[in-house]
Amino acid sequence: MARMKFICDAERCIECNACVTACKNEHEVPWGVNRRRVVTLNDGVPGEKSISVACMHCSDAPCMAVCPVNCFYHTDEGVVLHNKDTCIGCGYCSYACPFGAPQFPSQGNFGVRGKMDKCTFCAGGPEAHGSEAEFEKYGRNRLAEGKLPACAEMCSTKALLGGDGDVIADIFRTRVVARGKGAEVWGWGTAYGSKQAGQPPQNPQPGGTTTGGK
Amino acid sequence: MKATVFLAILLVLGTAACTEREQSLYQGKVQNGEPAYKGTGVSAFTAPGWTPGDRNSWEQELKTRAQQGQNEYNRVN
Repeated sequence: MARMKFICDAERCIECNACVTACKNEHEVPWGVNRRRVVTLNDGVPGEKSISVACMHCSDAPCMAVCPVNCFYHTDEGVVLHNKDTCIGCGYCSYACPFGAPQFPSQGNFGVRGKMDKCTFCAGGPEAHGSEAEFEKYGRNRLAEGKLPACAEMCSTKALLGGDGDVIADIFRTRVVARGKGAEVWGWGTAYGSKQAGQPPQNPQPGGTTTGGK
Repeated sequence: MKATVFLAILLVLGTAACTEREQSLYQGKVQNGEPAYKGTGVSAFTAPGWTPGDRNSWEQELKTRAQQGQNEYNRVN
């Protein structure tokens, strides 16, 4: 069974924002909502790194844990989706998400947040696959068309990898072995589980080695 | 006799009000019954190379697509 995941290779991302554009175009995402963003770490400092960030479709999703109306669900492929008909726009998921993935439309009156919007891994939503209603609410369902997310397929440097976790991890491993550096995968531990979970290594060992997560 | 039957029906209807709605948590379960490998039914947008409804061919298509589209080591080496 495929388990869909994202990897962003910080050694390759050139901050071109093609993934952001591809996502907005593919799903006709409204103004004010970006399902995917490019974040630059240490911007302006030599050696800066950029990463493309969206919903990572966590194994143990915090958004799912805090939602008061249980509008989130996992598909068979591990994609975290939500039901906009159930969403009440409380914004709890936005506070809980470590990646800032849940977005809210900004055109509402009196501070109304509207229905939450986020990356669907191009897997649509609970409506019928390929239907007009699904496209209007969640965007295209590329997964059911036998395609991978548009952001990953459009990435010019192939920094952003999306697909079956085993396959993209294997692709990334091949790269790291070939170039001999850049094995750090930002957000991987946080999203898909490790003891480290985004924290610096713990328990320094004699001889300079450390333990605790990958 | 009629009064007894009427009373029995009334009792049955009355106890029906004691039933409860399903309260089990559905969080984390698939809400849409249709899995992705079933396809969209729109052939114009469906990628060639797999058969909608066949899980194995769908998974193989995605793996092939990932290797061909995202692994440039396959092309240059």
